[in-house]
Amino acid sequence: MLIHIRRYLKVALVATLLVSNPLWAQHNDSPGPHGEVVDEIEQSGHEDTTSQEGHEEEEFNIGEMIMHHIADSHEWEYAHGLVIPLPVILYSQDRGVEAFMSSKFHNPQHEYNGYLLTHDDKEVIVPVDESRTVYDFSITKNVASMLLSAIILILIFGTVAGAYKSRPGKAPRGFQSAMEIIILFIRDEVVKPNIGPTYEKYLPYMLTLFFFILINNLLGLLPGAANLTGNIAITLTLAVLTFVIVHINANKHYYMHLFKPTGVPVALLPVMVPVEIVGVFMKPFSLMVRLFANITAGHIILLSLFGLIFIFKSIYLAPVVSLFALFMNFIEIMVAFIQAFIFTLLSCMYIGSAIEDNHEADHGIGH
Amino acid sequence: MSLLTPAIGLLFWMLVVFLLLVVVLRAYAWKPIIAGLKDREHEIQSALDLAQQTKAEMVKLQADNAKQLAEANAARDRIIREAKDAADHMIAEAREKATVEGQKVLESARETIRNEQQAAISQMKKEVATLSLQIAEQVLRRELSDKASQEKLVAELASNARMN
Repeated sequence: MLIHIRRYLKVALVATLLVSNPLWAQHNDSPGPHGEVVDEIEQSGHEDTTSQEGHEEEEFNIGEMIMHHIADSHEWEYAHGLVIPLPVILYSQDRGVEAFMSSKFHNPQHEYNGYLLTHDDKEVIVPVDESRTVYDFSITKNVASMLLSAIILILIFGTVAGAYKSRPGKAPRGFQSAMEIIILFIRDEVVKPNIGPTYEKYLPYMLTLFFFILINNLLGLLPGAANLTGNIAITLTLAVLTFVIVHINANKHYYMHLFKPTGVPVALLPVMVPVEIVGVFMKPFSLMVRLFANITAGHIILLSLFGLIFIFKSIYLAPVVSLFALFMNFIEIMVAFIQAFIFTLLSCMYIGSAIEDNHEADHGIGH
Repeated sequence: MSLLTPAIGLLFWMLVVFLLLVVVLRAYAWKPIIAGLKDREHEIQSALDLAQQTKAEMVKLQADNAKQLAEANAARDRIIREAKDAADHMIAEAREKATVEGQKVLESARETIRNEQQAAISQMKKEVATLSLQIAEQVLRRELSDKASQEKLVAELASNARMN
């Protein structure tokens, strides 16, 4: 099983290297074709024309290029011309659930079945009839990437768990020991000291959280991959989950402290209570923004570096930019680990501070 | 800005997929892994404890051994000393007894000798008296005229008596 995983990872690595070549080729191409697509999208977005206009040399818009790469999409454009269509799932009150492939939008109007795929600020599906409201539950590029990461995580840790089951009481071996180091680090350095004696209840969630963020951070660095952890919806969900866990498990001291902070004069309570309540929401908010901003910023820096080549339209800039990009990639790998670690660490600290029982000591000082 | 507005579809899928992932990984991965780690830690700890305990027992055993050895040495010394004392005692006693016996034997021998001596002396006295009487009888019987033959006879008798 272990050998299978290893072989699988090797094949995946080689495949990534092979397929990533067209991407670099695309970057070395003139921005013409790309600009054309953007041009096309612009036109359809404004709905003012149905015929294609002449091939004029479009000015390279780096902002648009970066946003296009960072944002979610209804199809997985791995490289230019290599596009994987993804299922679109829509829900509206009048029509119920509708599902079709995103390749159906591949027509000059980007229109199918009464829906338009717009690309103004963000790729959105809107109904042609503007009085209707439609909810988009499509398997977008981010959702597909998330499912992929979930499968990878289950494969990896299913294998590792199998190794523990098949060789109980033996020393870890190979891939198992590599994962064990990280699992032990999370358990002994992050979860146990911050949550306290009841840490085991939260350990599965924290391990899943850490490895989910880590693997998606790393997957996001691969060429053509989705920017999942740099998407606010993902970090929002994770932060809300932490928030919910904290407030389900918080003890009465935590809530008491919220509405009646100890050692605060009564006159100050009208100020302090709102501050405390804002603090409660600031914690998950900071979790959400930190991960989102760090990962998105990394992607923006990398894309900006590559964008320089097209702005200056010089092939001689490419090696320099590539060196910078290589350096940035190393930093991003580090950031991938650090951000996963920080998110987990802070989640543990929030839980730990809500369930700890040492508020009694504060009472003692207050009296 | 579009980057900061979460899409409802992504929120939905993220919630579903992540919660499922937590449930699946918790049941099929984290539980056996954490249990395996805990078991191994427990095993290592108990092995260490056992080693510690064995070490303490060894120390105790060694102390016991030393104590027993000292006791055995003491017992041996005591036994040897007692045996020596007994032997000395026996030798002294035997010697004393022997001396006493010897003394007794000597005493009785001396007694016997004295008795014999007495007997011999009295015998000799008797013999001498008898002899003297016989000599006197002879001398008287012969009525010797000359002095010379008398003296010759006396000398002859004396030498005969000495011959006895």
